[in-house]
Amino acid sequence: MEAFAKIDILDRVDGAAVVEAIKAGQLHDFPGGVHPPEAKLLSNQAPIASMPVPKTLYIPLKQHAGIQGSLVVAVGDKVKKGQALTHSSHPFAVPVHASTSGTIMEITAHSSAHASGLPESTIILEPDGAEEWHIMPPLDDYRSVEPVKLIERICDAGISGLGGAGFPTHIKTQHDHDVECLIINGIECEPYISSDDRIMREHAWQIKQGIDILRYLVKPKEIIIAIENNKPEAFEALKTACSSDASITMASVPTKYPAGGEKQLIKALTGHEVPRSGLPMDIGCMMFNVGTCFAIADAIIYGKALVQRVVTLTGEALDTPQNVWALLGTPMSDLLSFAKYQPTKQKRHKVIMGGPMMGFAVANDSVPVVKITNCVLVPAADELPDIDDEKPCIRCGYCTDACPAGLLPQQLYWYSKAKDYPKAEEYALADCIECGACAYVCPSEIPLVQYYRQAKAEIKAQLDEQQKSEKAKLRFEQRQARLEADKKAREEKHRKAAEARKVAMENNGGDAKAKIAAALARAKAKKQQAAKANNSDTSSTDNNESSE
Amino acid sequence: MQFSLSSSPHNRVRRDTASVMRAVCYACIPGIMAQVWFFGWGVMIQLILAIATALITEAGIMKLRRRNAKRILSDYSAVLTALLLAVSIPPLAPWWLIVIGTFFSIAIVKQLYGGLGFNMFNPAMGGYVMLLISFPLAMSMWLPVQSMALYPYNLTDALSVIFTGFSVSGYDVTQLRLGIDGVTQATPLDAVRSSLLLGETYSEALQAPIFTSESGLSHGWAWVALAYLVGGLFLLWRKFISWHMPVSMLAGVILTSGFLNMIMPDASGGVLFHLFSGAVLFGAFFIVTDPVSGSTTPKGRIIFGALIGFWTVIIRTFGGYPDAVAFAVLLMNIAVPLIDYYTQPRTYGARS
Repeated sequence: MEAFAKIDILDRVDGAAVVEAIKAGQLHDFPGGVHPPEAKLLSNQAPIASMPVPKTLYIPLKQHAGIQGSLVVAVGDKVKKGQALTHSSHPFAVPVHASTSGTIMEITAHSSAHASGLPESTIILEPDGAEEWHIMPPLDDYRSVEPVKLIERICDAGISGLGGAGFPTHIKTQHDHDVECLIINGIECEPYISSDDRIMREHAWQIKQGIDILRYLVKPKEIIIAIENNKPEAFEALKTACSSDASITMASVPTKYPAGGEKQLIKALTGHEVPRSGLPMDIGCMMFNVGTCFAIADAIIYGKALVQRVVTLTGEALDTPQNVWALLGTPMSDLLSFAKYQPTKQKRHKVIMGGPMMGFAVANDSVPVVKITNCVLVPAADELPDIDDEKPCIRCGYCTDACPAGLLPQQLYWYSKAKDYPKAEEYALADCIECGACAYVCPSEIPLVQYYRQAKAEIKAQLDEQQKSEKAKLRFEQRQARLEADKKAREEKHRKAAEARKVAMENNGGDAKAKIAAALARAKAKKQQAAKANNSDTSSTDNNESSE
Repeated sequence: MQFSLSSSPHNRVRRDTASVMRAVCYACIPGIMAQVWFFGWGVMIQLILAIATALITEAGIMKLRRRNAKRILSDYSAVLTALLLAVSIPPLAPWWLIVIGTFFSIAIVKQLYGGLGFNMFNPAMGGYVMLLISFPLAMSMWLPVQSMALYPYNLTDALSVIFTGFSVSGYDVTQLRLGIDGVTQATPLDAVRSSLLLGETYSEALQAPIFTSESGLSHGWAWVALAYLVGGLFLLWRKFISWHMPVSMLAGVILTSGFLNMIMPDASGGVLFHLFSGAVLFGAFFIVTDPVSGSTTPKGRIIFGALIGFWTVIIRTFGGYPDAVAFAVLLMNIAVPLIDYYTQPRTYGARS
């Protein structure tokens, strides 16, 4: 029986076999998925426009998944475009740079580009309009440069995944063996967003340069560029750019949300699955977004730090939806006025950063563009339905059919709602990628993802609390042990001192006794002499003597 | 400028609970039309009575529970329950029968458990089984196909019989049940059942006038079943229901009846007979697919449906009632938590 066991889909992929299958037109399917209206035509028709430099830039110190770097500038400093504002002193810290030349006015807490909208430390930069660059030495002959130098450059240029997750790119590129498939992700499955589409159409050559650098760094067996089949122009552009390179395989992936999710795309291309709580590297895959490839080429070949990105401005409440090159730190207000935002077209004023499925509503118009901002969606009234009429779950199971992670969203909902977290974890809440497919199909309009997020946050809080109390317990126990040891040491010291005294006493005491004994003996001898002398005189003396 | 906040996703399908329920109601229309065509206007009056009772009952309970009645009524689930129950009872059954049944379905089977989404049992089938057990005689008063009836009836007759027990011309239900041959016409399931009980063989049972041929198909009844199949296919096509439960239930019926008919050809009905008689096709698409009381995992749905099919044929063949879809459904409703627990799908990246 063992001999007939199927290849485990959690095993490492075989790059050559995968590429052969893709070339034969064989792709795999991932479970679930939905087909929301794509609405990409709204924004993907015009070339990427350049925006005027904003009056003020708000550059958050942390714009990626990780920790912020340490500040290297102060208020009042004049900085050049591309000059580092923070320094990376930790592998998960990625520096941020001045998006244009100007003066640092303030370093303060400012509304963040995050679902919470909570203030984060932000550098407020007033541009001087000179656009004066600080260029790092170009490494255009990078093949003669040690990989470690290139990786350092990628980190110094502030590059983190531009697809949305914002994972520090230099960490991924440190792997240089066992990479079977290097996958370049040009899927862009979120509706409305077309920033990757436009950058692929217009900058395919530079993306190819980025891919070549990645090839030099991670030494993959195969390279696959995956693009959803609703972007034929982008597919052709990259195909042309890579036509002379036989080692690159183009894959046209059927349009289905969320095909661009890392795990889903790996499944679609290779048929293998990333093991739970594992990384793509565990099965020999590595994935980069097309925008990240573009930025890598910028950093290595042109010496430019990551100071701008393509942002899709879209939604029917904008008169001129389009893609723009936006400087990192550009506030929403500049983007909205550039695309001619019509507030009257909205019933409730709502601006979404990201797409309609996974994006988050921003708190106000001073929230800045950051490295992960791929889209600003401003829907007109009735363009996207309001979701606020939650009704009872009718257990229809549409969510189960839609879940791309093979979960039971309905059970997760019941357990999350009931705050039965152990049960929610048993049903693999942690494996939920929050893609929103379940809530998208829910006929009862239940904000499922919100329940999951809350449950995850609570579980994390509990875990933190538990760890904290465990640490406290450990500290307490250590202190107790220390006190105990101190006490013992003290007692030991006392005991030894006492013993020493005793010994000393004994030594001294021996002399005294001997003296006393000698004195007594002398006294006795005296008395005996006196008694002998008086013996015959009186018997009473004898009696007295005996009674002594 | 401050913006309003909301949680992702910001888009959703514009198919809410109410539109799903309405779609299922619409999908019943071909079946209801076939029932009216073959068995007269009675079913329409039962429908109106049932829907009115359901709405009044649900509104009353919402008032007791201090909930917004309008919001709950507009989900159409009560209407659907009423509809499913109304088409399941004899068309000229007295008015109080459907009123009691619908009240029971809504008040006891659905609302006492917490309302839509929380009921453990299929409300329509709960009401149906209660009626079947409590009022067996009234529940067996099925009519002959009208083209074969001695006394066909019209709309006014139907109203009169349902509310007074007698038609305008003074016939009672027993007389209206007579076929042209002057004999009370049984339903196909009744015909085969009583014939087998009398010691006749299955092929002898098929000689009853209700059957069209040796195939086990029957006049009228088979057409009604087909009409519900059409409605069911519409629901499948528009993805209102998933294929798992209907297909597995029909497979369960086919396999079980095929097997029984093979080992005891004289004492049990054939595959076509089981498929096209009684509530099998109606049940497969409209009853088993009730999401609330059914299994929700992909594998669980198949087990749930298949076992309903299995029990339907087993109870029909060996049990005390001619039809058994309702019993089978309630039986499997109880098993749903167990099925769901043991059929959790493998999540992405998990070791099996």
